[in-house]
Amino acid sequence: MVNSLFEEKLGSNEFLVTTEIGPPKGVDISEMVHHIDLLKEKVDAINVTDHQSSMMRFPSVGGCFLIKERGGEPILQMTCRDRNRLALQADLLLAYSRGITNVLCLTGDCVDVGDHKEAKPVFDLDSVQLLKMIRTMESGTDVAGNALKGVPKFCLGASVHPEADFIDPQLVKFEKKVTAGAQFFQTQGIFDLVSLRRFMQFASPFNVKILAGIIVLASARMARYMNDNVPGIIVSQAIIDELTNAEKGKGLQKGIEIAARFVKTIKEEKLCHGVHIMAVGSERIVPDILEAAQVSGAHR
Amino acid sequence: MIIAQPKPLEETRRMITPYQRVLIVGCGTCMTVCDAGGEHEVSYLRNALQVAQARSGNGTHTFSEYTLKRQCDSEFLNLLADKVGDVDAILSLGCGIGVQAIAEHFPDIPVLPGVNTSFMGMAKEWGVWDERCAACGDCRLEETAGICPITRCTKGILNGPCAGTKNGKCEANKDADCAWVLIYKRLERLGQLDKMRRYYPPRNFRTIPRPKRLVSKVNINTGGDNG
Ligand code: SF4
Ligand code: SF4
Repeated sequence: MVNSLFEEKLGSNEFLVTTEIGPPKGVDISEMVHHIDLLKEKVDAINVTDHQSSMMRFPSVGGCFLIKERGGEPILQMTCRDRNRLALQADLLLAYSRGITNVLCLTGDCVDVGDHKEAKPVFDLDSVQLLKMIRTMESGTDVAGNALKGVPKFCLGASVHPEADFIDPQLVKFEKKVTAGAQFFQTQGIFDLVSLRRFMQFASPFNVKILAGIIVLASARMARYMNDNVPGIIVSQAIIDELTNAEKGKGLQKGIEIAARFVKTIKEEKLCHGVHIMAVGSERIVPDILEAAQVSGAHR
Repeated sequence: MIIAQPKPLEETRRMITPYQRVLIVGCGTCMTVCDAGGEHEVSYLRNALQVAQARSGNGTHTFSEYTLKRQCDSEFLNLLADKVGDVDAILSLGCGIGVQAIAEHFPDIPVLPGVNTSFMGMAKEWGVWDERCAACGDCRLEETAGICPITRCTKGILNGPCAGTKNGKCEANKDADCAWVLIYKRLERLGQLDKMRRYYPPRNFRTIPRPKRLVSKVNINTGGDNG
């Protein structure tokens, strides 16, 4: 039995396209709603980030409600940074009760990289334990072993970092996530297809779907900034050069072009099962990328 | 060893404001080794307080000083008995345990903390100490090749590295090694990578009920009774 439209697609041989939106810092949700409407029919599912980069925002679950209300397919991002096991489970029950059944399980960034550096980080669980805990809930008990009244069912995802400069421990963790119950993976941003190919050689024997993370870069400066400041991101020199050589004022256009090229190649060469496009703040350009790459999700 | 740092002078001056005669008490063990509250620091602090008072022109404090071998043992605290008769407050340069030990020993005298107790650590080089144990009550060092993931990984996670590690460093601090990179490499070296492949369930935080008490066993190996 499948629990969501997205899970159904995971079971097919379709090329999957997901993207993500960052909720606002504040209560003005008009832009988020606009992005949801713009994207909901062009992709197979939309992630809502969970205080991305440890910056306090409107909650992920709230964004997912909106997607659901507007007829889209949400993926709830859940990090372990801000909630202990009680709060995580409670939020999952809430999400399930409102039809949100796709969950991306993440450990979460350190608070040190965010805008509330003095906050107490929680990390009661890690991403592997979160996956496992959700599977436990599905078997009818909470993580402490108490019976649940009404049992939820989820479609679970996780992340993986194919371009990590020391990949071996990441692969061990990938395997642990699969064993713990991950059905799909959205990778950290990919900037070099060689590493994706190499990773897929390792990952293909596992019965999970891999969606390559595509981060849209608007300028060489942004690329360098991400290299220096965003946990885990490694933008290749070739991409930085390409952005540097772009015509003045055409940085974003170049970024769209690069992203579209990655998407197209990944799809044509069947490098993995789909893509996850992260436009970090420029959600409006996602349709342009899809068009340039000649792919679209949900309504193909 | 316990590591601490001296409190800012201004904070210490504010703390002693209500008290005229202040006894500054150092600790001869951890606080001496980490340069936070040994005999040297006691006399240095006394001078600094006196100079600051003279400069500001409005102080009325008088200071005395004494350094104990250890502040966390009541045996040593007895040595203070004849020093505290005429003081209004004790400024302890012991760790938080020292401060509390003095407070328990002399219930009628206010005790003030002169240092910020920071962590339990190891000396890396002259004047540099690194945190190595958080006394979590459930030691994982056997699983993690002798490298503590609770203190050395910023997130204290148990199932391997997060995706934030870059160049072998932690996402939270580019000067700190990623604990899980270190753990992986050492497990590999020991031929014990299977330990990393294992699933580790969520931590049992009941192993650290507060407050803790440890009662020494006469002989653990032969199963002797409590002493
Ligand atoms: S796991 Fe780390 S914090 Fe816990 S007792 Fe062992 S060394 Fe200390
Ligand atoms: S980079 Fe390494 S040490 Fe830092 S939080 Fe991630 S796993 Fe822990």
